[in-house]
Amino acid sequence: MSGPRALDLVGDDLQLLVSHVPHARAIGMSVVDARPGHIWLRVPWADFLVGNPETGVIHGGVITTLLDNGGGAAVMTALDELRAVATLDLRIDYMKPATPGRDIVGYCHCHKVTRHIAFVRGTAFHETPDDPIATAAMTFMVGASRTLPGLVRGA
Amino acid sequence: MGLRDRLRQGGSPEDWDALAARVPYGRFLGIGIVPEGGGRFHTRLAFDEKLIGNTVLPALHGGVIGAFLETTAMFQVLVDAESEHLPKPVTLTVAYLRSAGPRDTYARATITKQGRRVVSVRVDAWQEDAEKPVATAQGQFLLAADTSGEAVEPPHSTRSR
Repeated sequence: MSGPRALDLVGDDLQLLVSHVPHARAIGMSVVDARPGHIWLRVPWADFLVGNPETGVIHGGVITTLLDNGGGAAVMTALDELRAVATLDLRIDYMKPATPGRDIVGYCHCHKVTRHIAFVRGTAFHETPDDPIATAAMTFMVGASRTLPGLVRGA
Repeated sequence: MGLRDRLRQGGSPEDWDALAARVPYGRFLGIGIVPEGGGRFHTRLAFDEKLIGNTVLPALHGGVIGAFLETTAMFQVLVDAESEHLPKPVTLTVAYLRSAGPRDTYARATITKQGRRVVSVRVDAWQEDAEKPVATAQGQFLLAADTSGEAVEPPHSTRSR
């Protein structure tokens, strides 16, 4: 017996995949595209997201948030039914500074799901994932709690 | 005397606030610095609804925890290392140990290896009980190159001088 899949539940309104997350809303995150196990998110440049005012470069933590959020959403879209997902471990490598004034896109791919753990790779970039700002490898607990993701409630 | 030298000698509350204010996203998140005397400090992430990642539990966003740990590490490197500029994060690995509830979070960083160009830092975050961390991280930070002209030291070289 399985419940609805995340992508079936949100239908055409892909923004529901992140709009139930208060901090995603707070930094202006939106969904560019999604399909099972894959998601593309965007964060627009803003001065309050800067890490170093000397350079105007976006804080690495914003990219961590983008890829962590994308990772969790990619896992949700990969699962056969809605289940709670929680980040277990995240490694991020920063390859080049984000260009001031430009949006950042985060692409995440959930490439393996086991009984309790889901594995995700993520890349943050401006134009193409071949020229990354950062890459991340993440693991998530699946069914970490009995609660369901907030998108069920549209919270 | 520069800000960093004053901080190393203890610093006034205004000095520590000036350090916290150097990172706009840290200010947006609500990261403050709690001086402990003698140039030591820990950081505090004041709870706010906008930091939530999971409204059902509720729990702080994993990315916010990562950003808090990274920022705390950067402050520690800035105070300890021989550079007046904010260090660049190279890599950060975060282990999420417990769900971080809707309350204040604290973090403390320890320099585990101070190289000439790269600094290795460990950071622990906790909420009500420092013995029960909500997350821990290990990161490598590149010092801004304001001592140019020196050769980059490989991470595992055995320097003989």
